[in-house]
Amino acid sequence: MATQKPSPDIRSSRLGKSEIDRNFSDLHPPLSRPEALIEADRCYFCYDAPCITACPTGIDIPGFIQKIRSDNIQGSAHTILSENIMGGMCARVCPTEVLCEEACVRNLHEDKPVEIGLLQRYATDPIFEQNNQLFERAASTGKKVAVVGGGPAGLSCAHRLAVLGHDVVVFNRDSKPGGLNEYGIAAYKTINDFAQTEVDYILSIGGIELRNNSPLASAAELSDLCEEYDAVFLGVGLALSNSLGIEGEDMTGVLNAIEYIADLRQAEDKSKLPVGRNVVVIGGGMTAIDVAVQSKRLGAEQVHLVYRRGPEQMSASVFEQTLARTSGVAIHHWASPERIIGGDHVTGVEFRVESSDDRLHLEADIVFKAIGQNMNGDGLISIALESGRFVVDANQKTSMDKVWAGGDCVVGGDDLTVSAVQHGKIAAIDIDRHLRKV
Amino acid sequence: MIMADLKTEFLGISSPNPFWLASAPPTDKAYNVNRAFEAGWGGAIWKTLGEDPHIVNVSGPRYSTLFSNDRRVIGFNNIELITDRPLQTNLDELRQIKKDWPDRALVASIMLPMDEASWAKYVPMIEDTGVDGFELNFGCPHGMSERGMGAAVGQVPEYIQMATEWAKQAASVPVIVKLTPNIADILPPAKAAQDGGADAVSLINTINSIMRVDYDSLTMYPTTDGMGTHGGYCGEAVKPIALNMVAEIARSDATRALPISGIGGITNWRDAVDFFALGARNVQVCTAAMVYGFKIIDDLVDGLSTFLDQKQMTLDQLVGKAVPSVTDWQHLNLNYIEKAVIDQDLCIKCGRCHIACEDTAHQAITNMVDGERRFEVIDEECVGCNLCVSVCPVDGCISMQQLTTGTDPRTGEPITDEKLQWTGHPNNPMRKTG
Repeated sequence: MATQKPSPDIRSSRLGKSEIDRNFSDLHPPLSRPEALIEADRCYFCYDAPCITACPTGIDIPGFIQKIRSDNIQGSAHTILSENIMGGMCARVCPTEVLCEEACVRNLHEDKPVEIGLLQRYATDPIFEQNNQLFERAASTGKKVAVVGGGPAGLSCAHRLAVLGHDVVVFNRDSKPGGLNEYGIAAYKTINDFAQTEVDYILSIGGIELRNNSPLASAAELSDLCEEYDAVFLGVGLALSNSLGIEGEDMTGVLNAIEYIADLRQAEDKSKLPVGRNVVVIGGGMTAIDVAVQSKRLGAEQVHLVYRRGPEQMSASVFEQTLARTSGVAIHHWASPERIIGGDHVTGVEFRVESSDDRLHLEADIVFKAIGQNMNGDGLISIALESGRFVVDANQKTSMDKVWAGGDCVVGGDDLTVSAVQHGKIAAIDIDRHLRKV
Repeated sequence: MIMADLKTEFLGISSPNPFWLASAPPTDKAYNVNRAFEAGWGGAIWKTLGEDPHIVNVSGPRYSTLFSNDRRVIGFNNIELITDRPLQTNLDELRQIKKDWPDRALVASIMLPMDEASWAKYVPMIEDTGVDGFELNFGCPHGMSERGMGAAVGQVPEYIQMATEWAKQAASVPVIVKLTPNIADILPPAKAAQDGGADAVSLINTINSIMRVDYDSLTMYPTTDGMGTHGGYCGEAVKPIALNMVAEIARSDATRALPISGIGGITNWRDAVDFFALGARNVQVCTAAMVYGFKIIDDLVDGLSTFLDQKQMTLDQLVGKAVPSVTDWQHLNLNYIEKAVIDQDLCIKCGRCHIACEDTAHQAITNMVDGERRFEVIDEECVGCNLCVSVCPVDGCISMQQLTTGTDPRTGEPITDEKLQWTGHPNNPMRKTG
């Protein structure tokens, strides 16, 4: 006779610790030297290489690969990091299949691009392991810049400003720096606390003061920063999760995916994290995939990912969608959530199936909302916004005097570490130009 | 499936196929040669015999290598000397091998001092083992050459002729003279061998070489107790050098009758076809066997047989087939025009043809057409140099196509069937007129 299940079924240790450790090990293990040399040999060293164009930070990819080929690993890392100081993290988390590797001409030749991401990791790993400082600061300009946000955009901007000879103070909202690199990315993409290793490397250039637990709360504070500093860069990200706006959203068990992922990343022992038996994820981006796959890998029995449109519209790449499926996540398309079912606690979700009167009913002990984030820009109303994000020009300059911005918080921000790094870099170069004119 | 018969007669020495192991470490002793014959090799030239007391080799690195990134051996260098075993041991093993393998070619390589008495003494002694012939080692460029043998002989045509005569006087079996490539012109040594009565020449021996330096110690690499010496270079990288020398001998009036055993970088059956078509009547292999073991004979035999079947040719018909196509530069037809053509369906848009042409040749390939990344040949600039074909990573994507009518867009000159050699070109002050 079946015993009554406790409802809701949410508990930790659904899998043994060793199985969880295995599930959260390196998704793409690094290349060995022989593997790297053979893979590097596959690069054709294209003229005006399409991979460079496809890289948001414009890394000279054939250049760094050629240096791997000649065993000039330090030179290779310098080529990478001088365009993208987070080249280590990007080597792990970039959706290379829609960026550099999609552009690789090998796709036309044999349908198998050069493993650019893995080669980039091969070139940069030793630099971080040895804390080999490849950059030197220019003579001090005596200028001070405030960087608001300790994520990829802010740290990229801070590093470039420091290299150019400016002094920087980073105001970081969280207790640890790194932003989504520390709190957002799926754990199996960045093991061994790499996010902090990278931040330490970035800060080791000198001239950057990091102030944690220092959120920017108001327009008045922004004005103060503008008074006190020669320039301000805003890389504040998107702090608020979008809501579904449907019945039952405030029940317990309905969570913001981004918060759960942050808890997961910070957990010392992942087997202690509570996991639902039946998990429903609503959304179609990287965050949705990340929370679905990680729930499955923590031992959830059924994980359903439901997206209101088709596979082509999902912002998660094909690779990510495949990763979810092979991890055992059931993906449903063309279904929009209509109501959350349950009492105090959620028991299920009802979806309306597109172009039909059908309803999809899924049982749930936990529902994750992963339908994007937005910025609480109201407090910074003195800057021009569009769709709730800062409007910037080609140099990341906002409408406000002395203020630049980049990363997810600007119009055109695309949730990618690599794009945020580029924004920060461009802003730093423009700030430098500006400060040297003044 | 009936495969082409590769049974070969070279100087009257028969072997089941034309692939012999060159005189080198793989033929150092009976154990190795037995294994080679079991694997199917047609013949073996025994590692070079010398006078007693036998020489000694270094007990440190004898080899070094030019690698590709995945450590494929491209070139190979050695400082090993001739046999370092007593002569009698070698003679006993030669006799046994010939007895055990009567259908295989067994040739003794020899290196002796430049005095007639030595040749008169040792040649009959070695021939008595039953070997099918001799190969005179006038080629080794290291060690032995410092003692007046090997390449020291091969670099002086008069010495070649003299020693060949001594060998011929003492031998009743065929004598092959192995030539060194470390000379300015291969023809005088070949002619000297012929004049000395050689039945054939074999070439090339190895090329003087230093592989590289050690990047830590900044000494040459490798060394024996801190010091190194040049070695002999071989392997795939030397094949083009060998082919030129073989073709020179095969097309020269003075030496074209001299049978050739081709040596130098033969790794697969295609390499062998190169040597045969340019005039070699059999081929010798060493480095490929040292890198991959004796089993490569399977592909050599099978590949060559299949090729001959497809061409409906015998091996004899293949020998020298390409020799008439080799000539002096001055006889090339200067009215012949080719242009590169890029197959846009095969093009993967890597742009290597463009940058090679743009930076180092004739600025004859676009990188952009109507704002699109596209690589097209600009006929007005293309001189037909073949550089783009050489750098294109896609087999068959860029081809050279002859212009047969109209004018050459580059020069504006009309295309003509009439041949024009440099010898008759108006710009040649020494042209032959009339």
